[in-house]
This record gives sequence, structure tokens and C-alpha cells, in this order.
Amino acid sequence: MLRLYGKIFKTGSLTERVSPLPKTISDTVMKDEAVKQAGHRLKTIVDKRFRGSLAIREVDAGSCNACELEIHALNNVYYNIERFGVHFVASPRHADILMVTGPVSRHMEAALRRTYDATPAPKWVIAVGDCGACGGEFGVSYASCGAVANVIPVDLAIPGCPPAPLALIQGLLSLCGRL
Amino acid sequence: MRDNGDETTTIRTFHPESVDHLAPFDRLCLRLGSEEIQARSIKPSSLPPARLIEIEAADWGKAASIAQAEGWRWAGVFAEDRGADLTVNACLERQGVYLMFRAYLAPEKANLPSQAPYYWAADRSERHIQDLFGIRFEDHPDPRRWIRHQAWGEHSHPLRKDFRADGQAIEETPPDHDYPFLKAHGASVYEIPVGPVHAGIIEPGHFRFQAVGETVLHLEERLGYVHKGIEKIAEGRDPLGLARLAGRVSGDTTVGHAWAACMAMERAGGIEIPLRTAYLRGLLAERERVINHLWDLGSLCNDVGFAFGYYQFGRLREQWLRENQAEFGHRLLMDRIVPGGVTIDVPPEAAERMRHSVAILRRELDELLTILDANSSLEDRFLGAGCLSPELASALGALGFVGRASGQSFDARRDAPYSPYDRLQVRVPVESQGDVASRFWTRYKELRISLRLIREMLDGMPEGELSVPWYTPAEGAEGLAAVEGWRGEILCFVRFRADNKICRYWPRDPSVINWPALEKLMIGNIVPDFPVCNKSVNGSYSGHDL
Ligand code: SF4
Repeated sequence: MLRLYGKIFKTGSLTERVSPLPKTISDTVMKDEAVKQAGHRLKTIVDKRFRGSLAIREVDAGSCNACELEIHALNNVYYNIERFGVHFVASPRHADILMVTGPVSRHMEAALRRTYDATPAPKWVIAVGDCGACGGEFGVSYASCGAVANVIPVDLAIPGCPPAPLALIQGLLSLCGRL
Repeated sequence: MRDNGDETTTIRTFHPESVDHLAPFDRLCLRLGSEEIQARSIKPSSLPPARLIEIEAADWGKAASIAQAEGWRWAGVFAEDRGADLTVNACLERQGVYLMFRAYLAPEKANLPSQAPYYWAADRSERHIQDLFGIRFEDHPDPRRWIRHQAWGEHSHPLRKDFRADGQAIEETPPDHDYPFLKAHGASVYEIPVGPVHAGIIEPGHFRFQAVGETVLHLEERLGYVHKGIEKIAEGRDPLGLARLAGRVSGDTTVGHAWAACMAMERAGGIEIPLRTAYLRGLLAERERVINHLWDLGSLCNDVGFAFGYYQFGRLREQWLRENQAEFGHRLLMDRIVPGGVTIDVPPEAAERMRHSVAILRRELDELLTILDANSSLEDRFLGAGCLSPELASALGALGFVGRASGQSFDARRDAPYSPYDRLQVRVPVESQGDVASRFWTRYKELRISLRLIREMLDGMPEGELSVPWYTPAEGAEGLAAVEGWRGEILCFVRFRADNKICRYWPRDPSVINWPALEKLMIGNIVPDFPVCNKSVNGSYSGHDL
């Protein structure tokens, strides 16, 4: 146990600051000093508009799973998105925002519509990744509906294949900034 | 039989007492002949280094029963619509030798005996073919639809050439609510349906539990939700386009699948890649293994509520992702492997930086090891959970860490080595306990071995080109590749049309083989242990559904 506490102590806090205004949304290389302001602007908006807690339900509607990996990374110690009041929740009924990845496979179409319907208004939808934004590598086919916007209304698309965690934070900020 | 221009040998008589010294392939050929199976070994094989045996469709099942008795591992099956006929191809492996059985069917009489009675692994893959090609496997133990939900009808077959990739415009795809799940009856038996949308950031799939109290009596998986038509939309792509698509079969295995697809295309075109390229591909593949194993180790800790492990392994993983971005320009290494080469290089300074991170990660892992080892709650949750016996693992043909934790040692890098692994010594950790703990520690050991391989590749990287020019392969040229991805053996088949375009692409992710293992190892466990059991197998939904 002592070793465990020792390790925690030695590791310290690695959580990073978020950059003010990026030039491009996708694949921006993380600059340490950077991210803080964007993060804090996000937190200010979340505090004001969402009473300090913004709930996101993630829906994989047909992704190759790499977009999920980067969304997951938002919770690692470097990005630690919870500190801005942003939580990933288990039920769409608790969500303010749906974050949808992938081209929408036809087999997920009904499930995505139902998830959307189950989310209480006001609600917003973010399409994540090139696939979610425009169909990406998969496009429209007998098995795929393509972009998320072909199935449910989308408020913001974050391109990238997959978009890096920083791009996701910046996307979230730009959506919340508009609200 | 059909004349494809090759010299062929007809398989002849078998004398059991005189064949012990023979190589497994020759033994099998003799046995097939002696059991009066209509089979021809094609020489030279059009799929080197794999062997090719053409089998009369009526003998398809019997051939499998003989291969099974001879100890061959069943690795995958796919079909091809060639216009005039359909082919069905089953891939088997023994002692590092790959073998393809091939049967020809008339499009109007597309049925043949199933191999599923002899090989469990064939079950879902044959149903996949049944749904996409309309080929019927007689005597299949479970002929329910599998990959088909409601996006196309029972009588349309998306992978037939006359089916258009864009399909018929459907307004809205209805939900798949009438799939005939197995039912359990009896007092106090109840069902738990889960998914397709799960409570977390995970891929979609459906699980149906039958339980008594907290104990799972039966688990049935229903997959296919992320079927995106990958095999269909691959048709007509150029080699570079196929490599991009292959890199998105399962995003966490982008290096593995892109490498397999490029290797298959290069074999079809008879293209040799430079040794430096092979080393660089190997380096990328081992980095992918390290990153995914770190992620799994962390997630396994998380699934039993051990947040410390989750954050520590997640931290190490993020450092490596950033190094990927800095050295190779992409966190997950997508699109770094292209037909004929790679798009990246490792200059000496970069090699030095990577050696340094290997040393750091080793030290960190040593430190974490002692902490994890001393944690009795972790041990209590991992030990004995989700047991897969070596017998079951062998019957399923389980791959990668799932197989290795249950006594199945196959590793393509060691047993069917391809460049650069033919020059390196790959150690393969094997355990026989088969529980979550075994799968955890197998990953840990594989991770250490990968770090050693990375070191060796950085040290021994030869000078040379990063790619070779691409030549258009002959019309109909085919290639088969086996690459050891981080989840296990990835297979890939490619056939070219005349114009340097893809005619058929078939990727087989190890998840296809390993998913059924989860159903088996859940039996008798408690429902709340499902997340950790599921994670310990960690099948890819996307890689399975295609
Ligand atoms: S955008 Fe790229 S990473 Fe995301 S699901 Fe599509 S192919 Fe995968």
C-alpha cells in the first residue's frame, strides 16, 4: 500500500492546460501552456449555462472504434475533462449532448434514432470524426447511411480521423460558446 | 475439374503406418486421397507461401473432418463471386503452414456441406457467407442469420456482383426485433438483454444473458450492428485506397490490418519490400501492441474498481500516443503503411529518443508490477474469473492473448514468420489457467517482449529504401497474408482485377475467432463480472462486423 501511495505522490498531477484559440481544429499538437484558457472558457460556460455540469452520452453508430479511443482519452490524467464539469453519462436520459461517431450503419440507425428521442430537450448533437461529419472512408452504401446528419439533426461536426482529444475539447468549446 | 493453367497433382493413396515421418501437409493430402475425397493439390500454389487444395463441393464437410483429425487449426472462410461460378475458401493452419481449401459452386445451386460440425470457429463465418452470398451450408448446426439484420432482405445478397454497393434506397432501416434468441425456461430463470447501445464509451453489440440469481447460465452474443459493408466497398479501389480502408477495419488495429492488406497485395503482385521497410512496419506493429496492451491493462483494473491502475496505465499510454504523433505524425499510426512501403522513417536521433522511452516504460512497468502484485483485491477479482479451459480454447481455435492464456501458443511472428520477424527471436508467453488473471498477465508479458523487440529493431535497422515502385498485378492475381496483430493472427485475402483495382478483399480479424470464447467463459460467472470478463477478451465489434 505504501508503494501505491508513493507512486501516486511521485506521479503528481499531470493534468494539462487547454490552448486559447487553435488555428485548426483537427490534430493540433498539444502545447502544454495552451489548453488552459479554452478549458476554462468551457468551464465558465458550463458553470453558467449548465449549472456546472454538462452531461454527454457517447454513441458509436458504426465507427471503426478509433474515434472511441480518442474520446476515451479525454478522461485520462492529461486531459481530465471532468475538471471542466463535463461528464460522460450512461443514459441518454441524463444527457445534454450526444456525441455520435462513425458513419451511421443501417443496423444502428434505429438505435441511434431511439437514443436521440430518449434524450430530453434541450439537446445538442456533435458528430465526431470524418465519418460522422461526412461519411468518411465508408460513405453511403447498402450498409451505411453515411454522415450522422443523414439520420438525426447535428449541431456541430468535429472532423479528423480520428480527431485528437484536444480537437474534441475545442469542438465542445465552440459548440457551447454558441449556445 | 477446372483448368486454371496450373500443373496439378491428384491426391492418391494413404498407408497410415508409412506416413509418420511426412510433413503435415503431405500427410493430409494422402489422407484426403485415401478417404476418396475428390481433391487436387495445386502446384505451384497461386497463393504462396500458402498451399492450395481444390475440393469437390460435395466433400467440403468431409475434408474438414479429416483436417480436424489431422490436427489442423481452422482459421477462416470466405467466398468469392467470380461471375461464372462461386468459390468458397477455407483457410487452415498447422505448424506454421497455411492451407487453403477451395470449392467451386454453380451460382444457381449454391450449397455445400458445412464445416461447422467439425470446427466451432466455422459457425458464424459460414453464416456470414450465407447472409452475404446466399450460399447455403447444409447440416449447419445453427443456420440462423448472423450479419444480416434488416438493412437488406433475405433474398438479396450484397456480396454477389450483381448487387449494387449502394443497395436499394431504404427510407429508414427498421430495428431488428425478431432475431430468434435461444430461450431458457424454468423457475427463477430470467433474461437480461443488454445493448446495442451500452452504458459507456464502447462499440455497439447485443448480449442476452440467462441467469439464475446472479449466476449466468447462458450468454448469447448478437453482433453485426456496425456492419458497414467493408468487403463490398473495397471492390474497385486502387491499392492505396484499399490500404486506407484496411486501416479502418478496426481502428485500434490500424497498423495490423493495413500491414496484412499491403502484404496480401504485394504477394499478389510479386512485390518484395525492402528490409528497412519491413523493420519499420514491425516497429509500428509493436508500438501498436504496446499501446493497446497498456490500455487493456488499465481498463481491466478499472473494471474491478481499481482506479489507480486505470490512471497509471492510461498515463503511460498517452505518453506513447504523443510520441507517435511527434515521431510519425499520427497518434494511432493510421495510413503509415502503404502498398510497397511505408510513409515514415526513423532517423538516428528519433531512434535514440525511442530507446529512451522504452527504457522509461520498462522502469515504470517494474514499479507498477510490484504494486499490482501486492494488491490482494485485484488478485481476488481476477483469479478464477472467466475461465476458458485449454481444451475449449483449442476447440475454438482461440487466438492471441485469449489463446495464449489458455495454452494455445500460436503466434504468426514466431510460427509462420514474415520479415522482419524471421530475423528476430520472438518469445511467446503461454499460461494454462485461462482466467482473467491469466489474460491480464499474458498481456503484461507480451508488452515486455514487445519492448524488447522494439529495442532490437531500432538497433538492427538496416539501411535501405522506404518503398518500392508499384507494378500492376496480373488480372486475377491473388494473395493471402497472415500478420500477428496485437489481438492475434490477422488474415487477409486480396484478388486483383485487370486494371490494378481490387476485385475481392477479405480481412479476418482475430475477434471473429475469439468472440465465441466470451460466451463460453461467462458460464457460471456472476453477471457483475461481465465487464471485466468482456474486457479480458476485448473483441473488436467493428473488426468482426466489417
Ligand atoms: S473518422 Fe476515422 S477514426 Fe473515426 S470512425 Fe471514421 S474511420 Fe474511424
